[in-house]
Amino acid sequence: MHFKARAGEKLADQQLQGALVKTRGKFVVGRAAAIQDLDNFEEIREAAQRIRDRVLEDLDIYLEEFERNATARGAVVHWAESAEEANRIVCDIARAHGVRKALKAKSMVSEEVGLNEALEASGVHVVETDLGEYILQLAGEPPSHIVAPVVHKTKEQVSDLFEQHHQRPRKTTVPDLCREAREILRPHFLDADMGISGANFIIAETGSTLIVTNEGNGRLTTTMPRLHVAITGIEKVVPTLEDVTTLLRLLPRSATGQAITNYVSVTTGPRVEGEPDGPEHFHIVLVDNGRTRLLGSEMQAMLRCIRCGACMNHCPVYQAVGGHAYGWVYPGPMGSILTPTYVGLENAPDLPFASTLCNQCGVVCPVKIPLADLQRKLREQVMERKLRPWAERFGIRAWAWLAMRPRLYALGAAIAARALRALGGRDKLLHKLPPGASGWTQGRDLPAPQGRTFRELYRERAKA
Amino acid sequence: MRVGLFVTCLVDMMRPRIGFAALELLERAGCEVVVPESQTCCGQPGYNSGDRESALPLARKVLAEFSGCDFVVAPSGSCAGMIRAHYPELFSGQPEHDEFCRLAARTFELTDFLVNKLHLTSIPGRFDGVVTYHDSCSGLRELQVKQQPRELLARVPGLTLREMEGAESCCGFGGTFSVKFGEVSARLADDKCQKIQASGADAVVLGDLGCMLNIEGRLRRIGDRRTRVLHVAEVLAGDGNDQA
Repeated sequence: MHFKARAGEKLADQQLQGALVKTRGKFVVGRAAAIQDLDNFEEIREAAQRIRDRVLEDLDIYLEEFERNATARGAVVHWAESAEEANRIVCDIARAHGVRKALKAKSMVSEEVGLNEALEASGVHVVETDLGEYILQLAGEPPSHIVAPVVHKTKEQVSDLFEQHHQRPRKTTVPDLCREAREILRPHFLDADMGISGANFIIAETGSTLIVTNEGNGRLTTTMPRLHVAITGIEKVVPTLEDVTTLLRLLPRSATGQAITNYVSVTTGPRVEGEPDGPEHFHIVLVDNGRTRLLGSEMQAMLRCIRCGACMNHCPVYQAVGGHAYGWVYPGPMGSILTPTYVGLENAPDLPFASTLCNQCGVVCPVKIPLADLQRKLREQVMERKLRPWAERFGIRAWAWLAMRPRLYALGAAIAARALRALGGRDKLLHKLPPGASGWTQGRDLPAPQGRTFRELYRERAKA
Repeated sequence: MRVGLFVTCLVDMMRPRIGFAALELLERAGCEVVVPESQTCCGQPGYNSGDRESALPLARKVLAEFSGCDFVVAPSGSCAGMIRAHYPELFSGQPEHDEFCRLAARTFELTDFLVNKLHLTSIPGRFDGVVTYHDSCSGLRELQVKQQPRELLARVPGLTLREMEGAESCCGFGGTFSVKFGEVSARLADDKCQKIQASGADAVVLGDLGCMLNIEGRLRRIGDRRTRVLHVAEVLAGDGNDQA
């Protein structure tokens, strides 16, 4: 099913629309206030872009430096070229350590590769510990936002889910729901064999992984179980700790409007002699899964992405239809680039078109990804591969052909202006357009033209 | 000062009076205005639909038609944005690149030109009522057209400008997006119309024909016959109160 069909369903989903309206603008207002506090936001943005670009220019060098330093601190680094390979690596680690229960902190890469399903299939019980992800695990749904995964659900839907799955008296307030989730999750932290996290950044000079979280579950997940596996994309590498601090000034501000998240956890190696806590074993799985294909291509700028979600928070289309309409784990403007480039343009041929090119996303992106330009470039690829309907491609060519013939064009415009004016009738509105243009009149009228073209009237004026 | 008026295809066919309003504003400010008769389309529909090949000959046509002009002015943020922000990129690495950069540098959106090049202070128009201004995406984000129309509107006798919430958010037009994704587009237009209505303005004023047809079309569909949708050029030139 394509974006268009899914979007239609989402527009008609009253519960979803209610949830979207409730949260709409919250992140936008938060971000605006948070960047006001910085007196040099634009300079930091430029510095952040330079850091990300520098990494992408020499990605192999920084990744090897990371591997060297992480290994020196006792971690084991794995390389996964595909989703399948990533899943196989994690399942093998779980099997080698006799894991029966795995805890998860929020990780979009694990969603991308389908890690939960793979682990469950190999007999590992997986428990999501991020509140939003936990709710979605109960609901059997994918996230609809990369930072606020459950933004599409109302409080009432969460009450229903908890009542059904926890079999406890129904809770109706947010604090009560949170408390119940905490009570259910806490015992899991004590008896899980493996903790799985993502990584917002990995740091080449120290071999560390870094996560930003608000709930504290991330820190428990990465320190309580005897085995910690961090899974993330290869593009997340950053040269130095100092570079990370620059990016951290932007990430929470752009994401939730926080100056800093409640937790920023840097993990370097497993527990060593004399340390009071931490896992005995630390594995890091670095996933390619299509990323290297973007390197050196016209889409390379997309790899700068630090997954803040500002693009979707500010996208009028995302705000109208929610994240599930985009069909895969990455929604909104960044998803409309990542999904076609990772899963193949032929599997998402209308996503690059699912945007008004308003470029509010590009304006707010903390690492200055020109999202509208990238969407346009993807549209070019779609056209080159003839993935749009024949009639549409013909229509564009016919328009350009006509526009190159001014006299014929002028005649056509004069006829169309008169015809549409006549069809507009007394109230000068067209209520229904023929197939090909009928999308316009699905939800609005077309104001009729004045009746004669500028060109005609101007020529008359010149003669007079 | 020789100014070429790029009328734009939508103004030519749908709202010629906006073209004449722009013409009048420029002439009254002392410009010698030429309107090349062979002009048609800037190539934006093809370019934004992924067919950049079809935009190339149209761009060359625009370049040739306005070669004798000191400036090119369009009553549209998106068409001016196409020439100013995208033509140079279309020809990057090609021998014509420099010529297109020079064209880009002398191309302006109408209100931007009136304020920043002509330093217009006297406005011929008069409008009795409250208006709210919708920022069109290309004008705002490609050309930084934000204060220019507001500065000019503030000088119109009888006119009160009252900002709506979310003036900068997209109205949902998006060119062919409005036809390809009609339902989503209409929903965005509806959000915009609600903000316009909530402002209590008699008219929404804007600078782009696409947004104009989109917003007016949605207002009428939801039964609002009262709120008027006007191009900023009409209001400034003085025919804002006359036209239905």
